[in-house]
Amino acid sequence: MDALDVTVRIVAVFLAFLLLPLLVGQTEHKVMAHMQGRVGPMYAGGFHGWAQLVADGVKFAQKEDVVPDGADRRVFQLAPALALIPYLLVLVAIPVAPGRGVVQALDAGIFFVLAVMGVGILGSLMGGWASANKFSLLGGLRTAAQLMAYELPMLLAAASVAMAAGTLSLPGILGVWEWWWLPWQLVGGVVFFTAGLAELQRPPFDAPIADSEIIFGAYTEYTGLRFALFLLAEYAGIVVLSALTAVLFLGGWHGPSADGLGWLWMLLKTGVLAFGVIWLRVSYPRLREDQIQRLAWTALVPLALFQIALTGVVKVVM
Amino acid sequence: MPDYFHGYAVVGLVAVVGVLFVGVAFSAGRLLRPVVPTREKMLTYECGVDPVGEGWAHTQIRYYVYAFLYVIFAVDSVFLFPWATVFDAPGFGGITLAEMFVFLGFLTVGLLYAYKKGVLEWT
Repeated sequence: MDALDVTVRIVAVFLAFLLLPLLVGQTEHKVMAHMQGRVGPMYAGGFHGWAQLVADGVKFAQKEDVVPDGADRRVFQLAPALALIPYLLVLVAIPVAPGRGVVQALDAGIFFVLAVMGVGILGSLMGGWASANKFSLLGGLRTAAQLMAYELPMLLAAASVAMAAGTLSLPGILGVWEWWWLPWQLVGGVVFFTAGLAELQRPPFDAPIADSEIIFGAYTEYTGLRFALFLLAEYAGIVVLSALTAVLFLGGWHGPSADGLGWLWMLLKTGVLAFGVIWLRVSYPRLREDQIQRLAWTALVPLALFQIALTGVVKVVM
Repeated sequence: MPDYFHGYAVVGLVAVVGVLFVGVAFSAGRLLRPVVPTREKMLTYECGVDPVGEGWAHTQIRYYVYAFLYVIFAVDSVFLFPWATVFDAPGFGGITLAEMFVFLGFLTVGLLYAYKKGVLEWT
């Protein structure tokens, strides 16, 4: 692997990191609008408001950056960076096509991905604490509660796939993947996706943000560019979660003529899951904090344990 | 072994790109945005009224028991990953499977105990 090759790959992953979240964001604007009988953005850029998020970005860049006097300045300013960068790192390990279609195959891929995704949550915790604002503090505490409840089922569901494949490397998992893994790992897939949604604090698990209740929680005091980075992190998170679910549970690039069209299948699966994330936001009311905890501990964790038992039995018996 | 670290060298480079991106965005933002601080603007936001007390208020962390549970379970589950890659290797088979059920049994009993104790209720 020479320097040029590495450079091209890094540029590619960076572009994907900048473009895909915007694509999901714009889709959310339009899809949500149509589901609610509106048309959504129509003016920016001319054609069906395609440039709405570009316009939003320009607006954010021109806004004053207010750091409250009471805040812990340094931590407050660093929080958005810490929320965003981990999702860029996760994209490095996600395979989009067979063979060399991954920026960098890591031996401990699943482990790396889960560990780095956990770091992103720290951004919200830092913002929540450093703002010195009561809403933010509540939001931060709820974020912490949610992280602790949902990290576990996510870990267990991912472990089930690692057991099935006998490897921790993401390309390695896809290398041995077969179609009957779909029903076999179905429970784990649902648990993983649900837990991921909760970690991203997307509706219906958005109690830590809850704009109508605690004024965006950890992000109450953020303005301008820093708030925009938090938003970008949220949508990058949707991309990462959808891509990971596609790789671990839906077979990633597997599909008809995967050698040539593998990347297309991967994008398609990721896109469908991202659409699902948007759909859930429109269809479900927000869960209460105690309901969120109960769902994790009394439903998702037992289901994930069941999936591990099932995977182990099938794997040894077969 | 060198190959192993080579992979993380690329990860490190991407991390550098990420830090640069945020750094450039923050510096560019500093050049582009207005700075007009006023006393009211710098106040902590509390729905428009003057803030009462300070933001780092005492709060009751109702879920600290969950936190304990999480630490116990997470440390347990991390051991699943190295085990997952070898458990069906030739020569392991049935015995590892039995061990797995012992392990899952421990976790399940722990969870049931917590449930019985009423720890999984947000009070």
